[in-house]
Order: sequence, then structure tokens, then C-alpha cells
Amino acid sequence: MSLLELDDVKVHFPVKKGLFFDRTVGHVYAVDGVSLSIEAGQTYGLVGESGCGKTTLGRAVLRLNDITDGGVVFDGTDLAKLPGEEMRAFRRRLQMVFQDPLGSLNPRQNIESILSEGMAAHGIGKDQAERREKIKDILAKVGLPSNAMSRYPHEFSGGQRQRIGIARALVLEPDVIICDEPVSALDVSVQAQVINLLEELQESLGLTYLVIAHDLAVVRHISDVIGVMYLGGLVEEAPSDALYAGPRHPYTKALMSAVPVPDPEVEDRRERILLHGDLPSPANPPAGCRFHTRCPWVQETKCATERPPLLDTGDGHKVACHFTAEIEAGTVKQTLATGIEAVTGTETVAAEAEEVSEGETAAEPEAAAPEKEEAPGKEEPATVPAQADAAKTADAAKADRAEDSPKA
Amino acid sequence: MSLLSVEELSVTFTARGRKDATAVDGVSFEVDQGQVVGLVGESGCGKSVTSLALMGLLPRKAARIGGRAEFDGQNLLTMNERKLRDLRGSQLAMIFQDPLSSLNPVVPIGIQVTEILQRHRGLKGEKARKEAASLLDRVGIPDPDRRLKEYPHQLSGGMRQRALIAMAVACAPRLLIADEPTTALDVTIQAQILELLKELVDEEGTALLMITHDLGVVAGLCDEVNVLYAGRAVESAGRRELFAHPTHPYAHGLLGSIPRLDAPRGEPLNPIRGSINDKIAWADGCAFAPRCDHYTMECLTGTPELTEPRAAGHQVRCVNPVLPTAEVPA
Repeated sequence: MSLLELDDVKVHFPVKKGLFFDRTVGHVYAVDGVSLSIEAGQTYGLVGESGCGKTTLGRAVLRLNDITDGGVVFDGTDLAKLPGEEMRAFRRRLQMVFQDPLGSLNPRQNIESILSEGMAAHGIGKDQAERREKIKDILAKVGLPSNAMSRYPHEFSGGQRQRIGIARALVLEPDVIICDEPVSALDVSVQAQVINLLEELQESLGLTYLVIAHDLAVVRHISDVIGVMYLGGLVEEAPSDALYAGPRHPYTKALMSAVPVPDPEVEDRRERILLHGDLPSPANPPAGCRFHTRCPWVQETKCATERPPLLDTGDGHKVACHFTAEIEAGTVKQTLATGIEAVTGTETVAAEAEEVSEGETAAEPEAAAPEKEEAPGKEEPATVPAQADAAKTADAAKADRAEDSPKA
Repeated sequence: MSLLSVEELSVTFTARGRKDATAVDGVSFEVDQGQVVGLVGESGCGKSVTSLALMGLLPRKAARIGGRAEFDGQNLLTMNERKLRDLRGSQLAMIFQDPLSSLNPVVPIGIQVTEILQRHRGLKGEKARKEAASLLDRVGIPDPDRRLKEYPHQLSGGMRQRALIAMAVACAPRLLIADEPTTALDVTIQAQILELLKELVDEEGTALLMITHDLGVVAGLCDEVNVLYAGRAVESAGRRELFAHPTHPYAHGLLGSIPRLDAPRGEPLNPIRGSINDKIAWADGCAFAPRCDHYTMECLTGTPELTEPRAAGHQVRCVNPVLPTAEVPA
């Protein structure tokens, strides 16, 4: 059994209005039905853009947000239903590292006080002296000098502060650490130090991580399994390498193609899928597939009406899309013609897309017209070979309709 | 001659009762028409201060600015305020990092855009409004007429940045300075904005000075790259040359420490040790020496000169550059 299992977790925040009565006028569907499982000793990476609900999900595991519905099963216990005091005891085993290392450390507490507070609350160590020994030990593990104990957060650099945040989680000897954007506030050269530290700690202490980040490259580097979130739901989940080698969900494809790679050779060669528009509001998410408003492959059937479930497509690669197989096989064409722009060879792709859309628009009225009325000599081929023909068919269709309407 | 040529620009902040702080310590670079030049570096390397100095946006009392910055033959640093005001917005324009705090929250977008058109192009009333709408349309904001009436908080982050770009390009500036234009945005939106900037450069021949910490963005966009460290350029080269052969230990280390999306998993990263706080003054030697794996006593004897140890036009400020024997970690 997995160490941590989330079963259809939903976190909805009520939107309140009114001066005296808190009328609930709607909900923000921050997390809307996420199921995932994390094995012991594994790193699960959760990626997504801002507003997709990844942070809310991480906080929900620790019950820092109320869970509206669903279960969070940790080591056989459903945390979602635990009463407060029992939950508090469980938090020793599930710790969190926050994004903003300065904002999450009390500026008026010195490091010893910050680190020993949690230990005292959970009854670790008999007295302060014993705790101090333990803190010294942990500080060495995260690469901080032992004289750090009597210093205050502002005396440290960003990378060191993040190490303090990690140390604060470690002193309680947790099983799972939830890292919410652990490196995004840090400079590149320091990022690597913290990433390496997290990896070393996992190896030596056998930790399980849930890493939440927006940076795909960072997540890919440290995760065993990656889940991609979009607007409150998982759209794809796969082992790290498989996801990189072959993203299957259109959103993942677009996301991956948008990440800049520090290599001009790669940058010049690759094709970029540009998504149009912005993330829809989670207070009023689109019906059906959440991504269908921006999806370059959106189809007329199903996409806008039916929410696709997260299905295994083989080798633990799960995708929530109605047309995964069709997109893979190329039988489904990109429908939002302007949504695709290749960095190299723009013309060819654009021309192709144009052809498709023209063929469709011209063929539609055409296909409908002959059924109603058989006009001799006006039979047009179903596919339109050239632009001139397209114009002709459009004219013909118009004429058909003009003839049609007075009769009807 | 280049459109903008910056020579030995230095900025020192002074405050009573405090030690002087030198943010930019002799930066030189040139930007040509239709060229994208990148200034890359981590926080505190002086890249933003450089851009503010060029735009004349630093407080004149508190900042001591030295060196030259010639834009079209005129020195921007000594120009009087009135002349500079004519230049800013029309010939020089800037895009800032945080689009929400660079827009006035209590004024509709439309007024903020038309303001520039009135000031620099003398457009008024309906004409100005129409032009503003077409500008918003140009940068890819759907339904521009409605958006003109809206306030900044009603727009999404990407849309705000687009509005800001619309304002910057309103008068077809010859030089555009973009200070971390995509840092506050999500990657898919970032891709949209970068594409838009690329279009502007290609179509209008605008010169773009791109200031960023993201080497990935630089790799895709810039023609020439200057890597800054502690207020000085430590390496400058064409983009392909720089990424293929990073020669200054800092640039080399920086590229080695970035997790790449296309790198195999499990390969450990090679971070640069220490942090940017561990630096020495450039006057005493190489500021990067305390964090450098290659440093020798020679590094601590005055500022290293820019040399071209590898290829012509590839300048490196280092006495012990990383040369072919030590290969680049992928």
C-alpha cells in the first residue's frame, strides 16, 4: 500500500457576499477531485501554473485548508476525518517546507527557538539541552554552521533561510515532507544547492517528498512521478522520464514546449505550441474538459460536455483526455488553427492549418445543401482541393441557401 | 555606429551615515538597430540598476552615475530632464517586471495608453482612443474596446504585461528596455510574451535590451549576451558562442547548475558554492574569486581585464578562464 493516498480530494472555498449575513454566492473550485498515491521513499512532483490549485492541494494534505470532500489516507489513517488533536499529532510525521523562506520564519525568534518549538510541542527530547544537541545535528545535516542557533533569520541569505526551513521540518523526524515551491525564491546558483540537499536528505533519511512547483525542469530533476495539474484537476500523471519523453495531454505538451531551455541549439529547433488566452477562473470553471477553452486539439464532441477521467494508458502513464489515442495517432487534427505556431517552419504549419479550417468551413454548408435539394450539375466533391474551388463552393452553397429559404 | 553604446557605466548609491554601495561597477555594451542584447545575472548583479540609469529613473541626489551612455550620439546620462522626457516614451521605452505595480490602479487602461499618444504624438479624443484600441489589438488583447475602459485589476497578469508593452511601443521606440518582462508570468504566458517581443524586433527593427535572470529566455531570444556579476560584465559573447563555450567560471558554473528539462534525470547538479554575498570589491580583485573553484592568488591583484582567450568577440574577464581541457558539464 502506498504511504500517502489521496482519493478524490476536493477543496472548495466559498465566495461570501453581504455586509451582515455571510451569504455564499458561489465557490472557488480550487481543487476539484484529485486522486493520487505516493509510495514511501518516492518523490511525487506536482506541477502546474499559478491558480491551478497545487498549493491548496499540498496544504489540504496537512489539513491547513479544510477538505470539502474526499479522503487523504496516510499510512492507513484517513486524515480528512481526524479530529483536531489527533490531526495535530499526525502533523509530526507530515511536515511542510514553504516557498518564502523569510516570510515563514518568525523574525523575532532565533534559530534555536524556531527549531525547538515544534519539538517541544510534539514532546521530542526531554529538555532543552537534549533538543539543542539534536538541533546541532540537524543543522550540520542541512549544511549550516552550529553557531547559527543563536542567530536570527535576517542574518542569513536566501539559500540559508531555506535550509533553516528544511531543518525545521527535519527535527520532527517526519515521514513525508511537502515542499511548496522550495527553490523558486532562490537564485539559480543557490537553487542547485538546495535541490542537491533535498536529494541527499532523501537518500540518507529515506524521506518521501511531495514537491509542488511551477518550474518543470526542477520538478523533472527531483521527481520519480510527476502529476500535472490544470484548474483544480490532474490532467496527466506519469513517471518523470516517460512524461518528458512523451507528454500525452495537450496541456502538458504546450507546457513543456513553453519552458525555455538554456541552449540556443535546442531553442532554435523546437516547435512551440502557443496557448491562447489565460487560465479561466476557478470560480467558474468551464464545463467538460477544463482545458477545452484553450486546447489546440479541441473537438466538437465530448470536450465541452464531458469531463475526461484520468485513465491509465499503459506503464502508469495516466492521461485525462478524450482523444489521447487519436492525437497520438494523428487522426485528430489541431482545430484551433491559430493556436499553433512553430518557431521554425511557421509557414508550413500555418498553411496546413488554414487548409484544414477552410476545408471544414467550406464543406459544412455544402454537405448540408445537397441533402435538401438535388441541384443537377452542382455536385461538388466533398474535399476541396484548392482555394479557388473553395470560393466557388462557398458561392454555390450561398446560392443553394438562397434558393432554399423561400421554399421553406 | 550603434544605436546605444554604454561605456564604463557605474552607479554608486550614497546615503548619509552609510558606506557607499556600488551597484554597477563599469559596464560596457552596445545595442544595434534590430538587435536583441541580453544582460543576465542573479539578483544583486546590477542589471536592473543599469536599465534605470539608462532611462534616467534613478534619483539624482542619491545615485552617483559615471561613464557614458550614448543613444544616437547624445549622452543620456548628462542630458537635461526636459530633453530626456521627450526622448522617453517616444524613442526610448521600458517594460517593467511587475505589470500590476507599474500601472496606475485607479486609472482605466485606456487613459493610461492614450496619455502617451497625447504627449508624444499629439493625438486627441476619438483619434487617440482608436489608436489605443489598435495598439491593444496589436499586442494580442482580445476585445480592445472593452479593455480600454477597464482598470488594471480587471486584467490578468499576461494581459497587463501586454498592456504595458502596448504602452511601450505606442510611439514606435527605437530602443526598448525590458526588465524581467516575463518573470512574474506563467510559462505558457511567458511564451506568448516572448513571441510578441520577437515579432516587434523582427517587424519594426526595434532594438531590445533584455534584462533577465533566466538563461533559457536568453538562449531563445538574444543575439548578444552579457553576463553580469556584482556590477560588472564578466563575459560577453554571441548567444551560440556563449552557451556552447561558457568560459568565465561564473557563467560556466551557472549553466552547470540549472536543472534542464531535456537532461537525463538523476544527474547531480553542480551548484556554485556560497552566495552572492561572498564577494570582494572589484578594485581588490575578481569579485567572484571567493566562490570560484579556479581561483589563484593572481585573482586577488586588481580587477582582471577583459580578454578574448577563446574567440574574437568573446570577451571574458578572468585570469583563469575555463578553457577546452575542462569540458562543459551538460
